[in-house]
Amino acid sequence: METLEPILSKHPFFKGLDKAYLELVTGCAKNVRFDAGQFIFRQHEDADVFYIIRQGKVALELSPPGRAPVTLQTINEEEILGWAWLVPPYHWRCDAQALELTRAIAFDGKCLRNKCMEDHSLGFELLNRLLPVIGKRMEATQLQLMDVYGAKK
Amino acid sequence: MESVQRQNVMLPSPYRVHRVHRETEDTFTLELTGKDGAAPSEFIPGQFNMLYAFGIGEVPISISGRSESSGGWLQTIREVGTVTRALHRMKRGGVLGLRGPFGTGWPIEEAQGNDIVFMAGGIGLAPLRPALHVVQSKRDQFGEVVLLYGARTPESLLFEKERELWRAKFGVQVKVTVDAAGREWKRNVGVVTSLVERTSFDPDHTVAFICGPEVMMRFSVAELKQSGIPEDKIYISMERNMKCAVGFCGHCQFGPTFICKDGPVFRYDRIRRFLAVREI
Repeated sequence: METLEPILSKHPFFKGLDKAYLELVTGCAKNVRFDAGQFIFRQHEDADVFYIIRQGKVALELSPPGRAPVTLQTINEEEILGWAWLVPPYHWRCDAQALELTRAIAFDGKCLRNKCMEDHSLGFELLNRLLPVIGKRMEATQLQLMDVYGAKK
Repeated sequence: MESVQRQNVMLPSPYRVHRVHRETEDTFTLELTGKDGAAPSEFIPGQFNMLYAFGIGEVPISISGRSESSGGWLQTIREVGTVTRALHRMKRGGVLGLRGPFGTGWPIEEAQGNDIVFMAGGIGLAPLRPALHVVQSKRDQFGEVVLLYGARTPESLLFEKERELWRAKFGVQVKVTVDAAGREWKRNVGVVTSLVERTSFDPDHTVAFICGPEVMMRFSVAELKQSGIPEDKIYISMERNMKCAVGFCGHCQFGPTFICKDGPVFRYDRIRRFLAVREI
């Protein structure tokens, strides 16, 4: 049976990852699809999975009580969706909704998390790859908070 | 003799509002011709004019293009203060004072034969638009042409029809994002820098032009550098408190340069060290 390993080995997120680790990660991966409008996860739910988007677009949203939902960011093809699976308390920090038909590779984050606990080198490799994703999102949030296109105060 | 020239350059000429285009709720474009209806002189994309609302004040506004019908200069303006509010109230046939054009422009010739990345934030698309028009008119002389455009909200995006034309007719990779949006918006949300890695260009043969709020330009430069574009191929359009527009008054001094006279378009590596000085 064909596995996802050739695809994953070419993805920037897994670039340079040891072959044994890549096989392990591949064992936790499967193809998934979401229809337009379908929620992929919701805020506060357990975060036990993460995704590489292969096709489509996903909106990260917040729904403040009594206010209309706000899209914070969109995740596009080839990008990583979800980091909360590796950061306690392993709960989603926002909603994720497919804006169009979206195909992705889903990873069993809970399984990988446990493997990371057993093998800290694997944990380091994955954290090393995930931290830039989190860092970029944080930097983007800072820029959004600055409201750079708003009127100067 | 010199003092006469200085006097002249400080003297606004009357220009007529040929037409007013409403762009968004707070942004509009004035189409300006000479008082007699004549088309104004040539300009270099990236240059600006000083527009004077009589009895109220003067503001520097980049030229955002030339009208195909009247030949008039297009000046896209966001209402942010007293003068721009007065300009916003102007109607067809109204007269304002104008000095210019001033400053340096985008070095489009340097980009010929290369890929070219335009990165715009908010109203920063306006000063880049005439450069895009030049590229559009000589499209075969450039490789990949990319426009990365970020704005605050979907409602504040400018020049939608033109962006679509650039994309569909002139093969420009146009990518747009907004900082925040409701559910009805199905396109990109996020900062403009996030578009860089979703774009294809050859970083060794690319020239980048950036225009927008200074903080946006700093983050954009960082992202473009990370993608492999060298600093001496990145140009930014700076904005400061410009008053005289010819380097006399010193209001827009930026380190050893004056934004009005030596800029507003600068090669990034030439002003990088001054950008880091908080007091400037």
